[in-house]
Formats: sequence, structure tokens, C-alpha cells
Amino acid sequence: MAKITFIQPDGTAQTVDGEPGMTVMETAKKHLIEGIEAECGGACACATCHVYVDEAWRERTGVPAEMEEDMLDFAFDVRPESRLSCQIRVSEEFDGLVVRIPEKQF
Amino acid sequence: MAADGTEGAGPIETDAVIVGAGPIGLFAVFELGLVDIKAHVIDILDKPGGQCSELYPEKPIYDIPGIPVITGQGLTDGLMAQIKPFGATFHLGQRVDSLQKMDDGRFRLETDLGARLIAKVVVVAAGGGSFTPKRPPLNGIEAYESKSVFYSVRRMEDFRGRDVLVVGGGDSALDWTLNLQPVANSLTLLHRRDDFRGAPHSVEQMRALVGEGKVTLLIGQMSALHGEDGALAAVTVKLKDGETRVVADRLLPFFGLTMKLGPVADWGLNLRENLVPVDTEKFETNEPGIFAVGDINWYPGKLKLILSGFHEAALMAQAAYRIVYPGKKLLFQYTTSSSSLQKKLGVS
Repeated sequence: MAKITFIQPDGTAQTVDGEPGMTVMETAKKHLIEGIEAECGGACACATCHVYVDEAWRERTGVPAEMEEDMLDFAFDVRPESRLSCQIRVSEEFDGLVVRIPEKQF
Repeated sequence: MAADGTEGAGPIETDAVIVGAGPIGLFAVFELGLVDIKAHVIDILDKPGGQCSELYPEKPIYDIPGIPVITGQGLTDGLMAQIKPFGATFHLGQRVDSLQKMDDGRFRLETDLGARLIAKVVVVAAGGGSFTPKRPPLNGIEAYESKSVFYSVRRMEDFRGRDVLVVGGGDSALDWTLNLQPVANSLTLLHRRDDFRGAPHSVEQMRALVGEGKVTLLIGQMSALHGEDGALAAVTVKLKDGETRVVADRLLPFFGLTMKLGPVADWGLNLRENLVPVDTEKFETNEPGIFAVGDINWYPGKLKLILSGFHEAALMAQAAYRIVYPGKKLLFQYTTSSSSLQKKLGVS
């Protein structure tokens, strides 16, 4: 298990158990985290599971692949720490991961 | 596209109208066709396939019975081939705006492009609703829509002599940059990164215009709109370092599509959390003669699977037959052995 913390725009934090192998988006949906819409169900085709990865974790989660970078064009208020949570796969080494949910998913 | 019932011509009269050309709408053509019901299919996208074609054409689907793996586009192509014998008429790139019951019990539908159809049964196979352009979540943007902010270009004349700001990095943004530049007073293209997804040739042409000083290219993101009473005057743009104010009285944001229930909500059908409740015998809505199949319907135990939608379409067709051919007895037959079905399929 890997503890993952989702922080809402108003600062509310929820920490849930992420199962290795699942994506961060799937983890959010499973725990009914608000603000992660994932309209396309994880096909990297909608940009509605946009999150900001906490500074301390950016290196470990890596940078978006080309397809994800293209899809981020459809997100709002994209920042250097922006990722699509359907493209981050949970592993034991992500225990403690912190992601922030944007104000809006478009 | 065949005659589409637009201005001048009378409405098209047909047996069935299917709203939505996704996999379930397409398979509904097949099931209705087997029982001699002719269908017209309407979809807001400019191609058949719905989400399969629009959201995941290249993505593999693993749960179609008998087909271990197929892409969204592959499934669409297969369905189009399978329904070809039934000669359904497609009305693409348009949205059904109104659906009304007529005094004779039939239904009258009208699209946003003015196509008018009259049908004995209506099959709502609209999935997650209609694909609509994403609206950038900027404060007060609604007030500018259709006056200064547009999500598509219907008439280039509306942009003549205007200060146009195009936002996005795909083909729509590039195409309209290239097409509107000659008629606009000024044209600014804004994208969040200096990397474009559009066709390489369009990117080259755009960069040439930037080089000639005819197009201004900005790398950044919109953060606020300025103007009043729907008349846009300027847009604040966040750049990598600081921000700038772009003078613009026309804004074209291209941020892709999202699904909204849309006009289906106004057709007098019962709704349950944006889904249309149906029975599980006929997949009929609260309005007799209007059926709902696929992701848009709801019944106890509903699973949003393509294979469930196929099953729903088959049962719906049996019920639709009784409305289209009242008093006629429907003989249940298999395509494997029935010579009459094989004749309809053009295989015997």
C-alpha cells in the first residue's frame, strides 16, 4: 500500500490507501475524491483528472509522456507540476505522495 | 449525405430515428434492419463512432464477445460494414434540438442545422450526451458567448476587421489562424507551449505568418476577460514571465470537447441523475415509442458496457416492430439459418 494525499483547492486534505498497480486517478475515483472527473475513464483522452504534483514528488513521478503533454493542452491553468493522474501509476515507492486538485477541471 | 430535410423540402418521414451514431446507435440500425425498420441516424460529431472514434480511436477494447482485442476505430469500422446492407441515412455534424410528439402518435425531430424528420419510433442512443466544446473556466465567459466568444466559426464574415484571439495548439486553432488571418484586423494565436499538435504543414504556415508579422504568437494561458455587455475588449494572458493584455473583440478557444446531456433533458423524458430510466423488456422510456439504449439509459443493475448496449438494441427492436407494424406478427429468426434474414443482409 502507498498512502496518497489529495489536497482540495480549499486546503482540505484526504489521505487514502493507493494500491500498487492502480493509477492515481483510479485511486481517487475509488475513494470518491472530489474534483477528479476522469470523464474518459483513463484513456488519456479528456484531461479531466488534472492534478498538481507536490514539489517534493515531482522528480519521482517524472514528466508527462508526449501523449499526456498533448492532452494537457486541454486542461486549464497548466503549471510545470501539472500531470494527468490517470498516467501516474501507484507503486510502493510513492508512499506519501501528495497531489493538489486544481480549482476546475474545465 | 442524402436529402436532409433542410429549408425548402418537407420533413423526412421514416420508421425510426436513432439519436447518436456511437457503437450502440450503429448496432441499433442492424437490429432494426433485421425486422424491416428503416432508420435515420443523427450525430453531433462529423463522423460515426461516438466516443469510440472521438475519445479512443486507437485504444484497444478487450471485452467485445468473440473479439479478443479491437480498437475503438476498428469496432466502428466493423459496425459500419455490418450495417451497410440496411442503407441507413446519416445526418452528421448536427444535434437534435427538439423532439415532439405529434397528434398522430409519431414524433417530430429538428436539428440545429434545420433538418426535420418524422418517425414512428425514436431510439435515444446518445451515450454521455452530445459532445460540446469545452468552455474555459474564466469568470463571466458565458456573457460573451455567441457575441464575442465562439467555439466554432460558422461565418467568417463575423470575424472581418476584428481583433481575433485564437487559443489552442491543435488543428482547429491552426486552421482558423490561417483562415481568419487574411480577413481579421489583427490575429493573435495563444498556446500554453511552443509545441503544436496540429498538422506539420499548418504549423509551418503559421510560423511563416508569424515571421512576416501577420500573426502574433504568444506562449501562455488566458487568465481573465475584459469587456462589457457581451462585448469583449481584451484578454489578460499569463506568460512565462509576467502577464500581458491582448486587445481582442473576438475570442476562439479550442480546448477540445466534453460530453453534456444537452437537449435530451428537454424532451419530456424522466431523468435520473442525467440518465434516462427504461424498462428491461423493451428499453422504452416513460414515453411510449421513445426508446433509450446504451450508456444514456438506466435500469437496476445497469452496466455501461458496449456489450450490454448491443443486447438492449436487440430487445428494443422487437418492441419497435410492434409500433412500426401494428398487428403484424414477428417471427423470431436466426441469421445463421433464416434465408429471409440472409437476404436482407445480402449474403444469400
